Amino acid sequence: MDGPIFSVRGAEYAYKGASCPAIEDVNLSVASGEWVALLGTNGSGKSTLAKMMNALLVPTRGVCFVMGMDTSDAELAAFIRRNVALVFQNPDDQIVASIVEEDVAFGPENLGLPSDAIRAVVERALRLTGLSETRRRGSHSLSGGQKQRLALAGALAMEPKALILDESTSMLDPEGRASFLDCLRELNARGITVIQITHRMEEVVHASRIVVMEKGKIAWDGSPYIFWEEKRAAFGFDIPPELELLRSLRAGGFVPAGTRPAVNDLLEALCL
Amino acid sequence: MKFSNGFSMGQFVPGESRVHSLDPRCKIMGMFILLAVPFAAKKPLDFVPAAFCLYAISAASGIRFAKLLRAGRPVLFLIAFTAILNLFWTPGREITRLGPLRVTAEGVTLAFCVSLRIYCLVMMAAALMMTTSPMDFASGAERLMSPLAVIKFPVSEMAMMMTIALRFIPTLFEESERIMKAQMSRGADFESGGLIKRARAYIPILAPLFIQVFVRADNLATAMESRCYVPGAPRTKLNPLVWRSRDTAAMACVIAFVVFSLVWNRYIYRLADLLCPESLF
Repeated sequence: MDGPIFSVRGAEYAYKGASCPAIEDVNLSVASGEWVALLGTNGSGKSTLAKMMNALLVPTRGVCFVMGMDTSDAELAAFIRRNVALVFQNPDDQIVASIVEEDVAFGPENLGLPSDAIRAVVERALRLTGLSETRRRGSHSLSGGQKQRLALAGALAMEPKALILDESTSMLDPEGRASFLDCLRELNARGITVIQITHRMEEVVHASRIVVMEKGKIAWDGSPYIFWEEKRAAFGFDIPPELELLRSLRAGGFVPAGTRPAVNDLLEALCL
Repeated sequence: MKFSNGFSMGQFVPGESRVHSLDPRCKIMGMFILLAVPFAAKKPLDFVPAAFCLYAISAASGIRFAKLLRAGRPVLFLIAFTAILNLFWTPGREITRLGPLRVTAEGVTLAFCVSLRIYCLVMMAAALMMTTSPMDFASGAERLMSPLAVIKFPVSEMAMMMTIALRFIPTLFEESERIMKAQMSRGADFESGGLIKRARAYIPILAPLFIQVFVRADNLATAMESRCYVPGAPRTKLNPLVWRSRDTAAMACVIAFVVFSLVWNRYIYRLADLLCPESLF
């Protein structure tokens, strides 16, 4: 794809009965394959923007294009939702079926795919999320981490070009979060665009770009390195332990000044 | 104190048994046909075929009979209430008195039969739900109700509603427990006092649970929409329903069994009278 996967221009959205818009004058362009961390306090408009990018909400002013398609065109909504999957915070709110594989198949069934094609995408999504062994288990019997991976599998079964994660790791324990993030890294490496809404700074280290929202507007948009070095304190975010370590190593001369090793490479080197 | 202690009614138990693998339409129709057995039963011995049938389903499905029996627990209060009404208010030959209340031989038989009938009904429904995943059940019900689409009945929407309702039973029980524990940690008492006091103590659980249900419904609707669900739109299936020869064989067995049971009901008492003429049954 040549153009950006998401292109939001001058977007505004006001909920019915609200005194002020949830987001206003938002301009954002995301290229295919990017991993964007969307940060901001509660009520800053992150989730509204996420729903807008999935065509669940249509801007009351401005435009939102997904893969060149205008989200305000109701006829394109199914195409947009097929290509942009949204994973919510609480997996219990998005698991529709009682059996794992039946839930993963829910999206492809809605798309009207033939049974063999559904089976193939379900198989792939379960394998990617490490849930193949649990395919015939009851969804209510899964652990929190497994439920969140099931929600991700349900999204992946749509074979999307982009994934939007709305605080999808907030209910996971550290181990579950690590495994979920590993899965995301693998998907991003395969070219899937990731938009990750989170409050956890340790998750942001994987992002290739950081966007900060404040009071419904984009307050900052840029490279993670500049954010951590120059802007983090201004927005009141903590520095993730991985980056704190990198700073210490750099101060001790173990990492040459001016170099920017990828955090994952650094962690892998340290583990070795 | 747990809401979901031993709760098994309506919860699917995944498995690979012969009963599990039957077409859901076969299981739904089979259950309705089998209900004729307890409904036709008028005396205690008439329930022997129904008990045998439930035991056979339990053995063939790999679901323990005790688990099936436990499925009737939520309706024990209803059963007890119905039994008491029948016991004391059925006219007939008096066998004893409890204060102003007369207990008749006919009342004893009727109370026993009605209780067993309700219990059998619940157990049969539980056997169906335990061996049929909600998605399969909804697909089966959707197909069986499909003729109603002619009169604009929203068949597929009803089927989806059934799926979601069944899926959320365990979640709502967990939710109730969570709210209950939260209220108990703040001093709420659900275990002491009379019936009215205890019923009143449940109000602080019902209010937040009710709100939670609406929030959850709203979130689920958004999640379903984001996964391209459009009410009433045609959908395909991961496992399309296929009526196989084993389903036909199972239906034939069910019908044969029901006929046998009705014959049993007709002749077993003649046999019992021959063997033991003074028997109460």
